Amino acid sequence: MQNRKYLIGGGLILAAVIYLVISSTKANAQYFLTVDELLARKDEMVGRQVRLSGAVIGDTIQYNPDDLELRFMIAHVPGDLDEVESEGGLAAVLAAAVRDPNRNRIEVVYYGPKPDLLRNEAQAILTGTLGEDGVFYADELLLKCPTRYEAAEPQAADGR
Amino acid sequence: MAAIIGQAALSVALMLALYAVSASLVAAYWHKPEWATSAQRALLAIFPLLTLAVGILVWALVTYHYELTYVHEVSERAMPLYLRATALWGGQAGSLLFWSWLMAAFAAAVTLRDWRRDREMLPWVVMVTAGTLAFFLFLNVALESPFKRFWLLPNGDIEAYVLPPAGAQLFVPKDGRGLNPLLRHPGMVAHPPFLYLGFVGFVIPYAFAMAALIVGRLDARWIRLTRRWALVSWLFLYLGLILGSRWAYDVLGWGGYWGWDPVEISAFMPWLTGTAFLHSVMIQERRNMLKHWNMLLIILTYDLVIFGTFLTRSGVLSSVHSFAQSAIGPAFFIFITLTFLGSMALLGWRWNDLRGQEQIQSAWSREALFLYTNLVFLSMVAVNFWGVVYPIVSELVTNQKATVGPPYYERVMGPLSALMLFLMGLATVAPWGKVDTKRLWRMAAKPAAVGLLLPAWAWWQGYRKPGALLGFALIGFVIAVVLYDIARGAWARRRAHKEPWWLAVVRLMTRNRRRYGGYIVHLSIAIMGIGIIGIEYFQLETQRTLAAGESITLGDYTMVYDSVAIFNTNDGRQVARATVRVLDERGRQVATLYPRQDYYIRDQQPMTIPGVLSTWGEEFYVLLVSWKPITAEGATFKVYYNPLVKFLWAAPWVAIAGTLLAAWPEGRKRRAPARARSRAQAPAPASA
Repeated sequence: MQNRKYLIGGGLILAAVIYLVISSTKANAQYFLTVDELLARKDEMVGRQVRLSGAVIGDTIQYNPDDLELRFMIAHVPGDLDEVESEGGLAAVLAAAVRDPNRNRIEVVYYGPKPDLLRNEAQAILTGTLGEDGVFYADELLLKCPTRYEAAEPQAADGR
Repeated sequence: MAAIIGQAALSVALMLALYAVSASLVAAYWHKPEWATSAQRALLAIFPLLTLAVGILVWALVTYHYELTYVHEVSERAMPLYLRATALWGGQAGSLLFWSWLMAAFAAAVTLRDWRRDREMLPWVVMVTAGTLAFFLFLNVALESPFKRFWLLPNGDIEAYVLPPAGAQLFVPKDGRGLNPLLRHPGMVAHPPFLYLGFVGFVIPYAFAMAALIVGRLDARWIRLTRRWALVSWLFLYLGLILGSRWAYDVLGWGGYWGWDPVEISAFMPWLTGTAFLHSVMIQERRNMLKHWNMLLIILTYDLVIFGTFLTRSGVLSSVHSFAQSAIGPAFFIFITLTFLGSMALLGWRWNDLRGQEQIQSAWSREALFLYTNLVFLSMVAVNFWGVVYPIVSELVTNQKATVGPPYYERVMGPLSALMLFLMGLATVAPWGKVDTKRLWRMAAKPAAVGLLLPAWAWWQGYRKPGALLGFALIGFVIAVVLYDIARGAWARRRAHKEPWWLAVVRLMTRNRRRYGGYIVHLSIAIMGIGIIGIEYFQLETQRTLAAGESITLGDYTMVYDSVAIFNTNDGRQVARATVRVLDERGRQVATLYPRQDYYIRDQQPMTIPGVLSTWGEEFYVLLVSWKPITAEGATFKVYYNPLVKFLWAAPWVAIAGTLLAAWPEGRKRRAPARARSRAQAPAPASA
């Protein structure tokens, strides 16, 4: 008798938590896409919150500090870790993506302060939506510069 | 030469750790106590060896030995001494060495304790700690050595090896690449050691728990022996988390303190299970119940600690923390799987022996409420774990990577935190055993009513969102319950002993340290809650470009932009520093702030340092976003108004006080043998 009461109570709590988790996951899950994937599923993805990753092309960065409008292009980088590894690591893949003119690219617009880590060959992870005009409107920028952290050849360091 | 000695010290330490594991197995299996002593000594000897290795690495960092790849990677000549020395944990290989070193220090302390009453557990405790240590040393020796050096090969290539390849010459770069500028901050210097101390400390209770399961000593002995380890580890983990958020707040220039980043969460999860563990063990000490829970919680804490180190260090998830792909990922995965399955198998094997005689007699008794808090803590862990692994799961299931962001965590953790605060207050007033529910509600009603002063005050101050008011009411309840309990106890003492009230309070608390230490930590959590509600519900932000003399008004303050100065420093930064005056509502100047951007020229890395006006009511947080370099006339600012966030920064100090009170060794008089024996038989004190 006692035990049944606790089982019911515990079950109710558990059900409530599971409900919260599932509904919140559904409401907040965002697809994590590469540039190629986003372009391939363009029609389906327009207007939907997604996360997009790519390599920042340094020459395309334009920033207008008056209205805080930041524009830049990102180039396609494979999303699969093994693929990245087999092509020589993230730094090499990012560099190759920026150099290759035939890669798919997407223009990104963001309003806000220019992030400290935004620079050529940085990996950008953007949260936002793809507009009808084919421009990606980012609400959030996360940037990583893998070259900074990987053990590089010392010549490269001395050359700076 | 020194690098070779360092590597040799690491290798010998690894062998000793492996020896300690095997020798303790021999000792336990064939009942050979002399092998246990030998294992114990081997474990003890690891600490000086690792101290030597750490010493060599720090010496190399401080004295510019850039032939070491690690030194080259994380330090440079321009860095000040304290940053060069603490670059020990600025990168992967050094962090792992540092982790092992702390672990070895704790292991040494454990082996040196008086084992006479717990002989049978000794070999197993040694085995678990030495096994954990061996794993980390293996990573250091085989996969991520901090003692690799650059060698110029005969074919002209430069490669990193520990031992010189044939015909190679040592290559010494003139300078290092330097620590990532973002990490050059006092908060970041202190954050990893605190976190690691917390991580490493929980290995000790886990080792004792496993020993207890194996030898079948399933009473509360292992809990009593490791109570202080767990308490202090918990505190370090808590401080490490707060230091990390303080760093993010000060350095990342986003006006926030917690971003639900997978690596933040991975340090948060063992803190949650550790907190649940600290509470749940009290029920076992007092009522001999929840034994399965305690085992489960310490196993989870241990493996979440390893998982946390793994996530921080492996780069398996996208995060601001994961800096590089590394070979150590699979090794971690295997280790976590093995230890988790092994521990759970032991727990399953002892499952029936762990069953207690006692039953929960009432749904609102203290033990029942503790059980509910366990459930809530584990739900929180599950929620966080799901969020962290969701990208991996969704990729496996739908072949499409998807993530959940902060809104997911906020939506789920909000209600769970509210429930937790409610239980926290109620469990403090609830009695043990059989409970008259009506009486419980009556006892809770007074503090609950007093606690309503907090939301009333918040309403009066203009903080009027329903969720926030509910949160304030619950926090007010928690605070009132604690203060009410202290006041009642002090009142009774005052009457009985004719003491002045302050002496009554001091004596009350020092005579029952576990209980009141715990309550003070509750106050710390409540205070932290005030800060979190303030910034989560009421943060304001705006951004604008100003000419000199123009202003931005946000919240109660107005900032006036005066000027920007641009200058170079001798440590390779170009600094743009704005001068901003802050006026209060009545137009009086209350502060001058200097938000700035440091541009690390060689790294091409800017770093945004806010100017912050901090009061208990709010923090006015100004970022210099950009400026016109030539005329120095216009500048763009982003401004945040963060109500009550100072409470978040103040909370850890209260927790330090509470934990010290709870963990302080008993006075010498009380440890006299006759008393100790009688105390051991008496039921344990009511509360931690």
